[in-house]
Amino acid sequence: MTEKRIIDVDYGKVETERMRINMGPQHPSTHGVLRLEVELDGEIVTEVVPHIGYLHRCFEKSCEKMSYPQVIPYIDRMDYISSMNNELPFVMGMEKLLGINIPERIDMIRVALCELNRIANHQIAVATFGLDCGAFTPFLYLFRDREMILNLFEAVSGGRLLYNYFWIGGLMNDVPPSFKENCLDIIKTVRVTNEEVMRLLIGNKIFEERTANVGILPADVAVNFGVSGPVLRGSGVDYDIRRSEPYSMYDKLDFDVIIGKGEIGTLGDCFDRNIVRMREMEESCKIIEQIISVFPDESSDVRALVPRRVKPPKGEIYSKAENPKGELGFYIVSDGSVNPYRMRSRATSFVNLSVLPEISKGYMIADLIMILGSLDIVLGEIDR
Amino acid sequence: MTATEIYDKLKNEFANDIISLTEEANVDPFILVNSSRITEICLYLRDEADMNFDYLVNLSGVDYKTNFTVVYHLYSLKLKHRIVLKVELSPEKPSVTTVEKVWKTANWHEREAYDMFGIVFEGHPFMVRILCPYDWEGFPLRKDYKEPEFYRGIKVAY
Repeated sequence: MTEKRIIDVDYGKVETERMRINMGPQHPSTHGVLRLEVELDGEIVTEVVPHIGYLHRCFEKSCEKMSYPQVIPYIDRMDYISSMNNELPFVMGMEKLLGINIPERIDMIRVALCELNRIANHQIAVATFGLDCGAFTPFLYLFRDREMILNLFEAVSGGRLLYNYFWIGGLMNDVPPSFKENCLDIIKTVRVTNEEVMRLLIGNKIFEERTANVGILPADVAVNFGVSGPVLRGSGVDYDIRRSEPYSMYDKLDFDVIIGKGEIGTLGDCFDRNIVRMREMEESCKIIEQIISVFPDESSDVRALVPRRVKPPKGEIYSKAENPKGELGFYIVSDGSVNPYRMRSRATSFVNLSVLPEISKGYMIADLIMILGSLDIVLGEIDR
Repeated sequence: MTATEIYDKLKNEFANDIISLTEEANVDPFILVNSSRITEICLYLRDEADMNFDYLVNLSGVDYKTNFTVVYHLYSLKLKHRIVLKVELSPEKPSVTTVEKVWKTANWHEREAYDMFGIVFEGHPFMVRILCPYDWEGFPLRKDYKEPEFYRGIKVAY
């Protein structure tokens, strides 16, 4: 690959060769400990090989030694930006195995918190994506608002990032009395800031030029690579598990599935993936509003159905949910004992990252940073 | 399409290479197939118009002690149905043909299954470890795995 070439430039002849360089593992633009082995022809990317596993901590092996409720804190640490969403598919799968029917009020709390977490995740995604292309101010605005969501999570669970709040059969605690007002306050602030960010960042000419027609992911390639979430919907594929196979109480809620339309550039570019996230925040606000309007005031015993000892019958199920980043699934094999026989997590970011080598060829190295940012990966989930 | 219909259709096409269909409580319905023809079966499932399984959701290995099993969770975005395929491999030398040519997403999933279980996917373009270091010894998710005491002079157990 290191063949030398002589190229003509306007001041004479220059000898060049292709170069292989390492980006990361310690570099802010890689969003964690990810190493990209990049082959460059001048400034053009000709090949990308991601090297992952720097954060590998044997999640699946550790699960085999733990009881089922002990698994939940580990799941929090996978995608540490949207921990509430991570817990949901696992507890739903376990409830299916154990045959527990969850009361509606608990479902309401779960979905409301998941949607709040979705907003928080997309805020980080848009904020850091702005940071990647040099916009620092929206980052501060969005992080200021995210603080309100984290404060609410701290009030309900005691943790700001890692909650262990959804339990098999219920919740850890009931929500505080101010839950409804807090949610409405958050929605109000999020809407104001999102409007500002839309004008300041998304509608910015520099941002449009920078993201449109960069990292184009056609719909058929996206499906073949198994990507999900805003990355898939940004390519115009209408797939959202909340809509196609509704779980929890999503079948009773009214919301739109946002897909990319290729408004500025080509369908499936970085701009589309980003605008899908911005608009999904508004859909999440709508969902939370609907839940708050029917949320009962009187508290209930949220631990009433939590089993003393979790010992599911023999079985193997694949339980999935729509994470902010895409489809998160757990393949749980139970042999009838108190420990899972096999626990496999279909990590969203792991699959979404695998498309990077395919869509970043032929772009500038500065665009590679943008493409990686638009995939919105979390290395804690990739490496598990 | 229900699992039974998919099973009947596969049985018509591949006869004895489709071994059994399991539908039990607490188990997602799965079809056990012969490991030697997995690529053709997957291609058929993807390209046949009324099956159209264009989305490989998950590929995982399981160590059942008596055999290694590779589990394929398939989904069709257009027709919105699911099916699970399973192949059983010998515990001594587990190997199966790759489905990387059918669904590109299998590339990393299969690398992970190799990394964790030592299942070799024949025809895979880049069959190296993905999560563990490239020179790691042993396959961690096997049930008989013993973690090494030292890795490059660093104590492993804590």
